[in-house]
Amino acid sequence: MTTNAFVARREAVLAGFSRGWIETRHMLTDTASVIWYVAVPVIFAIVLLVMRGNTVPGTEFALGAMVLPSLVGMSIAFGGLLGPAGTIAADREDGTLLRAKATPNGMVGYLVGKIVMFALTTLVSVVLLVIPALTVADELQLDPSTWLLLALVFIVGMVSTVPISVVLGSLMKSAAQTGLLFLASMLLIVPSGIFYPITAMPMWLQFVGQSFPFYWLGLGARSAMLPEAMAAVEIGGSWRTFEMFVVLGVWAVIGMALAPMVLRRMARRQSGAAVEAARERVMSKGY
Amino acid sequence: MSPQARPASPGNTIALAVRDLRMRYGTRDVLSGVTFSAQRGEVLGLLGPNGAGKTTTIEILEGFRMPSAGEVSVLGVDPARGDEAWRSRIGVVLQSWRDHGQWRVRELLDYLARFYVPFSAPEMPRPWGVDELIEVIGLSELANAKLMTLSGGQRRRLDVAIGIVGRPEVVFLDEPTAGFDPHTRREFHELVHQLSDLENTTILITTHDLDEAEKVADRIIVLDEGRIVADGTVEQLARQFAGATEVRWTLGGRRHVHAVRSGDPTGFVRDLLAKDEDVTDLEVRRASLEDTYMALVQRAEAGPSRFARQPDTEQRKGTGDASEAQG
Repeated sequence: MTTNAFVARREAVLAGFSRGWIETRHMLTDTASVIWYVAVPVIFAIVLLVMRGNTVPGTEFALGAMVLPSLVGMSIAFGGLLGPAGTIAADREDGTLLRAKATPNGMVGYLVGKIVMFALTTLVSVVLLVIPALTVADELQLDPSTWLLLALVFIVGMVSTVPISVVLGSLMKSAAQTGLLFLASMLLIVPSGIFYPITAMPMWLQFVGQSFPFYWLGLGARSAMLPEAMAAVEIGGSWRTFEMFVVLGVWAVIGMALAPMVLRRMARRQSGAAVEAARERVMSKGY
Repeated sequence: MSPQARPASPGNTIALAVRDLRMRYGTRDVLSGVTFSAQRGEVLGLLGPNGAGKTTTIEILEGFRMPSAGEVSVLGVDPARGDEAWRSRIGVVLQSWRDHGQWRVRELLDYLARFYVPFSAPEMPRPWGVDELIEVIGLSELANAKLMTLSGGQRRRLDVAIGIVGRPEVVFLDEPTAGFDPHTRREFHELVHQLSDLENTTILITTHDLDEAEKVADRIIVLDEGRIVADGTVEQLARQFAGATEVRWTLGGRRHVHAVRSGDPTGFVRDLLAKDEDVTDLEVRRASLEDTYMALVQRAEAGPSRFARQPDTEQRKGTGDASEAQG
């Protein structure tokens, strides 16, 4: 029994990997998604071009060059925080989750598939930041340690945001509520130090900013891509790499403690009747 | 424990068993003491008007819902405690809506089939060959089509294929033909017959359509307000429900109705004609299974508050008078 159960679960994990790959492929061949994926870095490139000539307050350093690594951090946070919540709410409504539940070990396959897909699509959106990066390439300091640190920030970023996102997605009553999450994320971008140095913000906003992963992921990416001297304009004049891993780690622990609980509860409530009710609501109200 | 194959021994032939099943939401009883069972290979139709408790019953059997009370056994296991090995022997045909719209037909079946591979046994190879299955449901031409491009009927056939890809021993279908045109509906019924005949699969199908239940089911259970009001083959039910017969006639310009509750109405008619030679427009009408079921559906749709509708009441009063007059 245990051997067989183990084999069955391993097969489900493998199936989950192909699910993740198939869904990533769907995402990358869907015209609307491709336009979105390409439009975002192009908009960033324009923003950076507009910023030309501006410097980080108190230094000679180009503001755009400081913003770009922050954008890398923001893309990781957005990919991990918005994506899963939206799809989980939608998958619950349209019956995808119910199908997973009706399949032996189907939930394992579903979750592995989601993690793989969000890791891959977020990676794509980060890689596409090469486009805006070209506008500020001279100012960045890129060496082998850059890529190592960026990879670490990426992994920690995913681990700290995806579980929280899963929790939020499970708690939402309908897919339409994902918009609220998007709105909240936009508001949290303001005190995150991504478009403007956090040290220039009022003290209370600095505290708000430092409570959420956006700031720390941006800081991590800056520490990887900017010259050492730029640490001087950060809070405490340091990259605070250790604190970054601690704060993101706390988010990861909270998320991973809550996610399985909330997900199980949601899956238990899922039934054909619930999917039917969602379908009727969407058919009659349009959302 | 490896997944069990269908036992050949006649001793273990019960696939589904439900005893005194109860379900209560708040203070509302959705199921109040439902008891039935199904043999292996049997096609059981769960018939009833909307809100009778069909979906709740099937979702409890599928293991998607916990009953408030009662005993449930599917392939000898309580669905609430069913593990993944048990799950691999159960097929659930869900109504697809817009899930997996970007996936292609073969892609999705291939993916779902993989989960059943570890549960394969020499006497019960799992899953079905995907190409073979696609051919059975008649979607070979569309094997590489995206799900969102399929018509409603094509998608429904794919739903069935997904439900049975793991070669289940028990298949659950909840209102599978809702929104079908007559042609697609007939195709679907043939598919159900194929399943039960070729594979000896036990099938539980819910429907509110008597005609459909008669066509696909070996045995029909009629559910009304959370209770079983009838259980038997179509012939048995027809006999059971055909008990009441209405005799109508005109006498002295007045219309009379008498209901013969059970037995042969011939005696009553003979007496009537012998007693009064002026009887005209004689009608003897035996209520069919359909009449009885339609009355059930109408009552359920009207709701309990509007149960006693005005015209009915008057007619009933008239009937009573006439019957009394005839002694």
